[in-house]
Amino acid sequence: MFSRTYKAAVTLPPLVWVAAFLLTPYALMFCYSFWSVSATQSVVQTWNFDNYRQLFRVEVYWQTLLRSMWIAARVTIFSLLLGYPLAYFLSFYAGKKKDLLYQLVIIPLWVSYLVRAYAWKTILGSDGVLNTSLQYVHLTKHPLEFLLYSPFAVVLTLTHIYTPFAFLPIYAALEHIPRNLVEASSDLGATPRQTFWKVIFPLSIPGVVAGATFAFVLSLGDFLAPLLLGGPSGIMISNIVVSLFGAAYNWPLGAAISFCMLLLVVSLLFLSERLEKKWSFS
Amino acid sequence: MELFVSGDSKHVSGSGWLFFHATAVFAFLYLPIVVLILYSFNGEGVGGFPPRNLTLDWYRMLLADGAIWDSVLNSLKVALAAMVIALMFGIPAALALERVQFPGKALFRRLVLLPLILPGIITGLSLLMLINVAGAKLSLMTIILGHGTALISVATTEVFAGLQKLDRAQEEASLDLGANYWQTFWRITVPNLKLPIIGAALLIFTLSMDEIAVSFFLIGRDNTLPLEIWGRLRRGITPEINAVSTIIFVFSLVAIVFWYRLRVRGEQTAEADSEIAGAAFESEAA
Repeated sequence: MFSRTYKAAVTLPPLVWVAAFLLTPYALMFCYSFWSVSATQSVVQTWNFDNYRQLFRVEVYWQTLLRSMWIAARVTIFSLLLGYPLAYFLSFYAGKKKDLLYQLVIIPLWVSYLVRAYAWKTILGSDGVLNTSLQYVHLTKHPLEFLLYSPFAVVLTLTHIYTPFAFLPIYAALEHIPRNLVEASSDLGATPRQTFWKVIFPLSIPGVVAGATFAFVLSLGDFLAPLLLGGPSGIMISNIVVSLFGAAYNWPLGAAISFCMLLLVVSLLFLSERLEKKWSFS
Repeated sequence: MELFVSGDSKHVSGSGWLFFHATAVFAFLYLPIVVLILYSFNGEGVGGFPPRNLTLDWYRMLLADGAIWDSVLNSLKVALAAMVIALMFGIPAALALERVQFPGKALFRRLVLLPLILPGIITGLSLLMLINVAGAKLSLMTIILGHGTALISVATTEVFAGLQKLDRAQEEASLDLGANYWQTFWRITVPNLKLPIIGAALLIFTLSMDEIAVSFFLIGRDNTLPLEIWGRLRRGITPEINAVSTIIFVFSLVAIVFWYRLRVRGEQTAEADSEIAGAAFESEAA
């Protein structure tokens, strides 16, 4: 029913824009990753694999990448442990309060990410809210120093930030489960526990995969929480990239690390898409 | 054995555990927000328990703080402009994805949606390289370019979801009755997509107001609000930041309530519409 002109009019403008301002920049990042920096600190367009070689040879780069993945993995696990039962409670037990509670999960997302990370800093600091409260009730005599400027603080803050992201797709998946399947299961004699593990949980796996992907990918690339709360031991891979683009002035190496992150993210997305398809029942 | 345990009692005990868990998660999600708001009134600064010497001084200080308000103004400009760009390209992109077959469509879909999940640092840095190669200067314009482009993803997903629920018969009728595509688009398609478009606009606006990872690399001389806050956090922390965050939180809450009521009303009218349509259909059939 749509004419050629209509089709061209809706297709071409976004296509051109996306090609110019998304595809070209990503491609440019790829090119940069093969270039190098001269002694006079200008970018030289000679093509070689030196940056990638350096990435695997210099310990601090790949170790930080591994540490970032480990931090992101912990954030993912905790977000799922917090988000899944919450989504299950809302979907199956909250009754009429469901919509209100759903909104309550979303609302923290409207408080600036930066501000929430900063709030955790004021909670966890050595004269912060938590330490002074503990001393106030005489549970501790001295401030607990491990709370702030540690990987613990980064994992805690990122878990706080990405729990709603893990929750949302899980909740959507649970809401889509036909309730008569659950009834049928219990009518046929399954205990609630069996119904959960044999009916509800398998059907919610696509949501779990989507939620886990969100939490992992977004926390993997984070650089503000580590800067604010991580201290030297909480540095993540993006912090290295930021310094390579700033003070250290080595854009090509920074581009190579970024491009590896991009590849990692895209392959995870691909994998999670496959998994979601495999587990979806329709 | 398990089979003979009454399902109901397990149900209740299970939900008790879940209720406790849900309460704890909500406490975890809201603790920083409560602390943030509480300490914006604390005369003794951002630490220390219990809060004492409640005061409005930080709000007074904030009112007199020109740099913060400049950055708020910059953020509003950026958010509005980003909203226009994202909708201008996101709505056609959704139409294209739903209605047009073209080579490279799968790649196009992935590319458009990528900034939604890609860490902001990658999008920000790649745009920085483009701007550098093009020899352009960093300014609010470059931030607008970054936000607008990254948030096309939001506009496209929201509008695409709306399009899938849309009945094409109305557009067909409009075209059959002699309206051209342009008229049909503005008089039929857009009004029918009013809710997803408003929803996308609000979402884009708030996401842009809060965006920091992309802006971080594309910033020129003028700061947006999150970058102004970031700069101050690095220098030391004062409850003034709590105060400005509290104000923005209250505004966001108002926006959510507004959007929620709009949507509820929209759903009611949609129901009413379908009832009318149903009634008309029945009377015609009779």
